[in-house]
Amino acid sequence: MSPFDYERATDAGAAVARVSAQPHAAFLGGGTNLVDHMRLGVARPELLVDVTRLPFSKIEPLPDGGVRVGAGVRNSDLAADRTIRSRYPVLSQALLAGASGQLRNLATTGGNLLQRTRCAYFQDVTVPCNKRKPGSGCSAIEGCNRDHAVLGASEQCIAVHPSDMAVALVALDAVVIVLGRQGERRIPIGDLHRLPGDSPERDTVLEHGELITAVELPPLPVAAHSAYYKVRDRASYAFALVSVAAALQVTNGRVQEVRIAFGGLAHKPWRAARAEASLRGAAATEESYRRAAEAELADAKPLKHNAFKVPMARNTLQMLLRQLAAGGR
Amino acid sequence: MKASITLRVDGEQRSLQLDTRTTLLDALREHLGVTAAKKGCDHGQCGACTVLLDGRRVTTCLSLAVACDGATILTAEGLARDGTLHPVQQAFLDHDALQCGYCTPGQICSAVGMLEEAKAGHPSFVTTGLTGAADLSDEEIRERMSGNLCRCGAYVNIVAAVRDAISKGAMS
Repeated sequence: MSPFDYERATDAGAAVARVSAQPHAAFLGGGTNLVDHMRLGVARPELLVDVTRLPFSKIEPLPDGGVRVGAGVRNSDLAADRTIRSRYPVLSQALLAGASGQLRNLATTGGNLLQRTRCAYFQDVTVPCNKRKPGSGCSAIEGCNRDHAVLGASEQCIAVHPSDMAVALVALDAVVIVLGRQGERRIPIGDLHRLPGDSPERDTVLEHGELITAVELPPLPVAAHSAYYKVRDRASYAFALVSVAAALQVTNGRVQEVRIAFGGLAHKPWRAARAEASLRGAAATEESYRRAAEAELADAKPLKHNAFKVPMARNTLQMLLRQLAAGGR
Repeated sequence: MKASITLRVDGEQRSLQLDTRTTLLDALREHLGVTAAKKGCDHGQCGACTVLLDGRRVTTCLSLAVACDGATILTAEGLARDGTLHPVQQAFLDHDALQCGYCTPGQICSAVGMLEEAKAGHPSFVTTGLTGAADLSDEEIRERMSGNLCRCGAYVNIVAAVRDAISKGAMS
């Protein structure tokens, strides 16, 4: 690990100013991804500003009926929160599908959003990777790409975003509150993560030094009828091959409201806008679910080792919608 | 870069000077000689280094010691009270819930932390309904303990030990 200075932030504005002023500074949250990357040589910050003791650890109701989640709220606490469990079950389930009990006790809401891909080539500093070292090439395109993207990838990068929580938040239309040198801005979560394009080194639209301070959940009635399903290589404690976050309201046999996002398919949590459009107002039938999934996956471009993800995503979405229509998981 | 920190480890106040790069695991093992927390993968994937940090189970290999200044840490060595093993420790012995034993201190700390979480009503991914209090079936125990790998494969007896500890009041 490269040497670094450590400072404990007591004021968010000062922390933002400190990191903004230092190109090689980074915020430290739970550390479950960053500290690992520092050990692997993937990240080499010269200054860590620890933001875990800032006052961002509350889950609070908003005047509009939504919920504000502080960026420092630990994943385990957010998953266990009674309001989240009853009004946004998809979020609780997604959190509980991720990592292990020990890691969820450390990982923060803000840090979870900013965790980086688990692409094995990205984490191996001895091989080329455009995300880690722009212009060096992508080892995964011709390599072992079983875990990689089938939607929205580029010639530069085929990595997938690893977060479960973020998939649920994208389905819920959450808003990310960010503090920068110019003050606060609000980013719809669907716009936070990027597709790789020609700059895969940038996972998100955040500028260096910007700090996530909270995530806001809208008062979304359909979210009470939501669930998360994750397909993985072992029953627990593994990253997703494919995951689906969905919320569904069926009235008189027709889809009244629906939200869908996929994990494991792309460089960002994938909001399934085409599938949603196909389903709104449609009969709540297996045929509608299949057509919606196929509409969303029509542009999928499987690689040598991951073609299985396309039917897996279709089947998982159909199954989850069927379960939600029948009254939930 | 050097830093000075204080930790309360297994009931004892300890002050130490260390490099900021030192993980909590290395601080415990290499600086304080507390070797109950084991180094397995050193990447947060195996759970052998699990301790209770301010009462919650965490892996120590991914925490920087400097960020834990002021924390209270309980390792498997500190679980016994007045010479009597913690019910979870006793259950591991009674059920032969280990072979080589390397993962055992982490398994035990994880089980103790997990039972506290269940007592507080925290759900797991396999909890149905998500609103009731946690009732720990074998499926629940397996899911909640999935962050602790045992390469000897003593899982069957580990589940039995945790189940037995619950029946003997480890959660009450």
